Amino acid sequence: MSTETMTGAELVLKALVDQGVEVIFGYPGGAVLPLYDELFKQNRLRHILVRHEQAAVHAAEGYARSTGKVGVVLVTSGPGATNAVTGLLDALCDSVPLVCLTGQVPTHLIGNDAFQEADTTGITRPCTKHNYLVKDVAQVARVVHEAFYVARTGRPGPVVVDLPKDVLVGKGEYVGPAKVKHKSYRPQIKGDLKAIEEAVALIAEAKRPIFYVGGGVVNSGPAACQLLNQFVKMTGFPCTQTLMGLGSFPGSDPLSLGMLGMHGTYEANLAMHGCDVMICVGARFDDRVTGRLNAFSPNSRKIHIDIDPSSINKNVVVDIPIVGDIAYVLEDMIKVWKARQIHVDGKALRAWWAQIEQWRTKDCLHYTQGGKIIKPQYAIQRLYEKTRDRDTYITTEVGQHQMWAAQFYKFETPGRWLTSGGLGTMGYGLPSAMGVQIAHPDSLVIDIAGEASIQMNIQEMATLAQYRLPVKVFILNNQYMGMVRQWQELLHGGRYSESYSGSLPDFVKLADAFGAVGLRAETVADLDGVIDQMIAIDRPVIVDCCVDSAENCFPMIPSGAAHNEMLLGPKDETDNAVSEDGMILV
Amino acid sequence: MVLQQQEIRRHTIAILVDNEAGVLARVIGLFSGRGYNIESLTVAEVDPREQLSRITIVTSGTLMVIEQIKAQLGRLVPVHKVSDLTIEGPSVSRELALVKVAGIGEKRVESLRIADIFRARAVDSTNDSFVFEIVGATDKLDAFIHLMEPLGLVDVSRTGVVAIARGPNPI
Ligand SMILES: Cc1cc2nc3c(=O)[nH]c(=O)nc-3n(C[C@H](O)[C@H](O)[C@H](O)COP(=O)(O)OP(=O)(O)OC[C@H]3O[C@@H](n4cnc5c(N)ncnc54)[C@H](O)[C@@H]3O)c2cc1C
Ligand SMILES: Cc1ncc(C[n+]2csc(CCOP(=O)(O)OP(=O)(O)O)c2C)c(N)n1
Ligand SMILES: [Mg+2]
Repeated sequence: MSTETMTGAELVLKALVDQGVEVIFGYPGGAVLPLYDELFKQNRLRHILVRHEQAAVHAAEGYARSTGKVGVVLVTSGPGATNAVTGLLDALCDSVPLVCLTGQVPTHLIGNDAFQEADTTGITRPCTKHNYLVKDVAQVARVVHEAFYVARTGRPGPVVVDLPKDVLVGKGEYVGPAKVKHKSYRPQIKGDLKAIEEAVALIAEAKRPIFYVGGGVVNSGPAACQLLNQFVKMTGFPCTQTLMGLGSFPGSDPLSLGMLGMHGTYEANLAMHGCDVMICVGARFDDRVTGRLNAFSPNSRKIHIDIDPSSINKNVVVDIPIVGDIAYVLEDMIKVWKARQIHVDGKALRAWWAQIEQWRTKDCLHYTQGGKIIKPQYAIQRLYEKTRDRDTYITTEVGQHQMWAAQFYKFETPGRWLTSGGLGTMGYGLPSAMGVQIAHPDSLVIDIAGEASIQMNIQEMATLAQYRLPVKVFILNNQYMGMVRQWQELLHGGRYSESYSGSLPDFVKLADAFGAVGLRAETVADLDGVIDQMIAIDRPVIVDCCVDSAENCFPMIPSGAAHNEMLLGPKDETDNAVSEDGMILV
Repeated sequence: MVLQQQEIRRHTIAILVDNEAGVLARVIGLFSGRGYNIESLTVAEVDPREQLSRITIVTSGTLMVIEQIKAQLGRLVPVHKVSDLTIEGPSVSRELALVKVAGIGEKRVESLRIADIFRARAVDSTNDSFVFEIVGATDKLDAFIHLMEPLGLVDVSRTGVVAIARGPNPI
């Protein structure tokens, strides 16, 4: 078999099959017709036809994040590739493993401004973990296998393989995945044992410790989450999660302080500010998390476990860096901990918890659901209560609704929460939910959306119809780009420049037009019934949940402020909440 | 922590990479995209059999920035090795310049005399010009070029720095 020659297109598909791929999200065009022709002739790979290439990438992200596999995308040259760019950068920012195959004009036309030519490797270089332009059909199989290896190992990320049309029709030999070894790329998996021992010693003497855990734990996999759970419970330390880390540690566990950062809880942020030992596991000290850097956790010694050396000491200098995969590092840490029979400082820890409990009494997520108008927080809370015991996946768009979902929906296991954190891409939620539903056909998949974001990839409702994907779109319709409106209220004197969602479509009718079911909740009395109905319908549903348009998302650490300078509610909204330095920050 | 020191220093970094299309663009794009500065950059294939090229970059920044630059370079997929020659023990670095000086009479003689002191060689000469070849550390080249200015300096071409660690070990 191995010396058999095949066309480039056949080689690509065989390599995909050998990589265990089952689903491809794509959109055809001239440059990739040979691949579509091969897809037509086979039935091992399922192709999902999206309605926009950006959505293909987000769908593959949803598929990847909810399965732990590499997501696969296929788009044509030129506009197909450029439409995919936002999705690629989204996957890069959130460390999602993808392989994106792009068509390209034939090699002899490259550089000639040919029809639908784009410098795809040039354009996507800063938006991918790595990319390839395959100029020789003999390299096709090797490159595809390498692309999967690069996408899934180390810090995962998107990889583009650009395939000129002549390479797809030319003939070459196949090599299997076992025969392909990357020349240089070998991420460090095991952590340095000396550093791990030092870290354990530091943890053992901690008096006000905290675990600060992030998306890297989810990336590392279920074993890492399991080990994290075990280690946190062994120590009895508090544990806060980033937006990307939600679900890596059970959200309803008493040791969980919830999310930290700009819209994190009071107790999480004050504990970060006041801790003496910080154990950062797979999080990257993002600016949404740290607030003003020179006031970030000023009195703590910091341990940082991360597979990517460039995440370490990037924003915050740490005392004990450990480069490695979280599952391996935590396993070693627990071993050392047990071997040394370490006991934590129980007295200090009890005092620390007493302090934290006192912060908790602030009840920082408090809101008042009075009257008939639905508060957005209440809507999420009801949605949570009614879906928490089901096999549920939640995706989101970007804005206030995303933050309320993060605050009020508690995740007990990883991979159930899919959101665009690093790039903050409006339009992520619907296609991503589509990818989740493809991977988990019998699960309840809900996109918690805003009325503005949902319009960015609303065309994917047609894809849901075509593949009978019963995704639920739950729109918190506040008639504003609420997150923008909130910043304008806080920073720009309430001048709501262009943040009103004018001329909204009738979402119920829109659902109907797309073959889905449309429901509307206008008052508090409607809410539970509408949610029940939504869950019961075995088809795509759009819920237009009309919520209070004036509500703001609290707590909030304004840009340029420190963790202990949090705004807890409307009463804290003073004119000087944001400093002049803070004005220039995003 | 030393990392917190704010002093900006110049570092010479050697990078061993796969000699493949786009690799230089990756390195340069990283510097421009992240706002690091490049004072000099040289690149050439050094191992034809393994198809490896060596890039030497001179850059400057605080220690934290330099560490970040090295980590960012290290995570590029075609990069095999990153070495900070400025802090990893003693190293030798050299640059070559071709310096064109046009003039006649006393200035012409003076330029030859200075070239001699700097061990620069004339590699081209006409009745009213010289091209000098000079090899050495960057500041030696700077000094030479500076001295040539009043003597009819018209053109300069420099290679940028190449550097290698002292002692028996490879990068
Ligand atoms: C409107 C808006 C508001 C936001 N507000 C907040 C907020 O209040 N709080 C908040 O937390 N975020 C917030 N975010 C998200 C924020 O922008 C960042 O995306 C997020 O904080 C990053 O999460 P993380 O640190 O867990 O890192 P991730 O982006 O998930 O990165 C994971 C880290 O783990 C490492 N890693 C990956 N795999 C492994 C492995 N196998 N082993 C070891 N390490 C690994 C990676 O190298 C990386 O350093 C907001 C986003 C938006 C759009
Ligand atoms: C593609 C894109 N464009 C612009 C933004 C900036 N932005 C962030 S939140 C937001 C408003 C979102 O409005 P909506 O979807 O209604 O959510 P809400 O905040 O009202 O819950 C905007 C415009 C973005 N994140 N992504
Ligand atoms: Mg809105």
